[in-house]
Amino acid sequence: MGMYSDKVMEHFKNPHNVGEIKDADGIGEVGNPVCGDIMKIYIKVKDNKIIDCKFKTFGCGAAIATSSMITEMVKGKDIDEALKISNKAVAEALGGLPPIKMHCSNLAADGLSKAIEDYKKESKVKK
Amino acid sequence: MKRIYMDNAATTPTDVEVVKAMEPYFSLKYGNPNSIHSFGQEAREAVEEAREKIAHLIGANSSEIVFTAGGTEADNHAIKGIAWANQKKGNHIITSKIEHHAVLHSCQFLEKHGFKITYLPVDKYGLIDPKDVEKAITDKTILVTIMHANNEIGTIEPIKEISKIAKKVGIYFHTDSVQTVGHIPMDVNDLGVDMLSMSGHKLYGPNGVGALYLRKGKKIVTLIDGGAQEKNRRAGTENVAGIVGMGKAAELAKKRLNQGKEKEIVRLRNKLIQGIMNKIENVRLNGHPTKRLPGNANFCFEFIEGESMLLSLDMEDVAASSGSACTSGSLTASHVLLAIGLPPEIAHGSLRLTLGKDNTEEEVDYIIGNLPGIIEKLRALSPFKENWEGLN
Repeated sequence: MGMYSDKVMEHFKNPHNVGEIKDADGIGEVGNPVCGDIMKIYIKVKDNKIIDCKFKTFGCGAAIATSSMITEMVKGKDIDEALKISNKAVAEALGGLPPIKMHCSNLAADGLSKAIEDYKKESKVKK
Repeated sequence: MKRIYMDNAATTPTDVEVVKAMEPYFSLKYGNPNSIHSFGQEAREAVEEAREKIAHLIGANSSEIVFTAGGTEADNHAIKGIAWANQKKGNHIITSKIEHHAVLHSCQFLEKHGFKITYLPVDKYGLIDPKDVEKAITDKTILVTIMHANNEIGTIEPIKEISKIAKKVGIYFHTDSVQTVGHIPMDVNDLGVDMLSMSGHKLYGPNGVGALYLRKGKKIVTLIDGGAQEKNRRAGTENVAGIVGMGKAAELAKKRLNQGKEKEIVRLRNKLIQGIMNKIENVRLNGHPTKRLPGNANFCFEFIEGESMLLSLDMEDVAASSGSACTSGSLTASHVLLAIGLPPEIAHGSLRLTLGKDNTEEEVDYIIGNLPGIIEKLRALSPFKENWEGLN
């Protein structure tokens, strides 16, 4: 289908880092079933660095590709650095998304932010 | 293996015989059918011959066929035309929640201009209860418009019963028959309709041409103003080649129906439905099990979304469609699937496969063999793989 870039299709065909992290340090969930996109992002953090990131996504091609892309973008990054990644940057890394998808399915960075928030809350409790 | 086309409810391939019939009417017999000379007259003859073929297909008189630029225009013409022509008699129109947007948006337009519209609900199969039509009628009702068969889930509505109700109280009855004309045997007198919309490209004819059946003696206001073409019912120089093509397509469709060819499509469709239902879990069939269009199969696969299914199928050379938000061009799932009572997350997981006369058993077997793997792969990505829990 011509509506998506090759990069999007690549990630859709072979999504990276699919799955759950059983002992995740943070989990972020975004989207809602009415729009038809839900993403769950799992992170594992060590020394303030994201050492692992996985996802599970219910959604369209763009939703799956953006989820896959963000898991690649954040691995090895400082959490503060990871927080700076925007939805727009994820779309750009994929060679762009169709305009209609920019709002409804481009949520991966929000999902990651939520996972980091979750991690920060958790680590506070532990302290 | 070549690509498999199972989206015949969206559009059908133009029959080679149809293209052949159309060809002379571009550069050879290019006259304007309203001209007096021989160029005009040969074009006029072709248009009238096509009109007769289309009338014959639906049991109408050829003078009752008005050519339009497609099914959407026919729907607009019927609904707005009756509304404007009868606004002194009343301002109430009855329709259903599962109509095609050509009908729904025509009704919504009229609502902005002071008309009152009743959108009837449907049951879980997508069937309209004729009793609901009867109950909705007021002394202000001027039109009932209910589709013959639904384009998404394929359910065939009880048009005969509904038209009887409308007739009893002298209200106009229109049906959007775009999905049924040429696909199931029908007769406008048997159906009891006053108006019926048709489309060329849904019955192996060309795009850009359609027709409205308008029962003799029924007056409507024209939608397109201009010359006196189509007996003052639709202005504009006739789309001669398109009309000829639709006429040829109607002739071929009549022949196929006389031979009962639609029964073979039903057989393949049933094989496809059974194959998929047997091989895949957490799937439901949408639409009525038997009162449905010959070629229509529509499913919901739980835990996954429609567009990702379409992309995956397309990668395996299968063309299908879905009622998910992404594929409907809006932010919500199909209004039809929501109207039959599906929750949004399930409606997003719909897949429509629509067979046509050219689909083969081999193609059906290929889909039955390949779909389970596609569904499994997508479910492995889903946060709801085993159940809908985990949904906050």
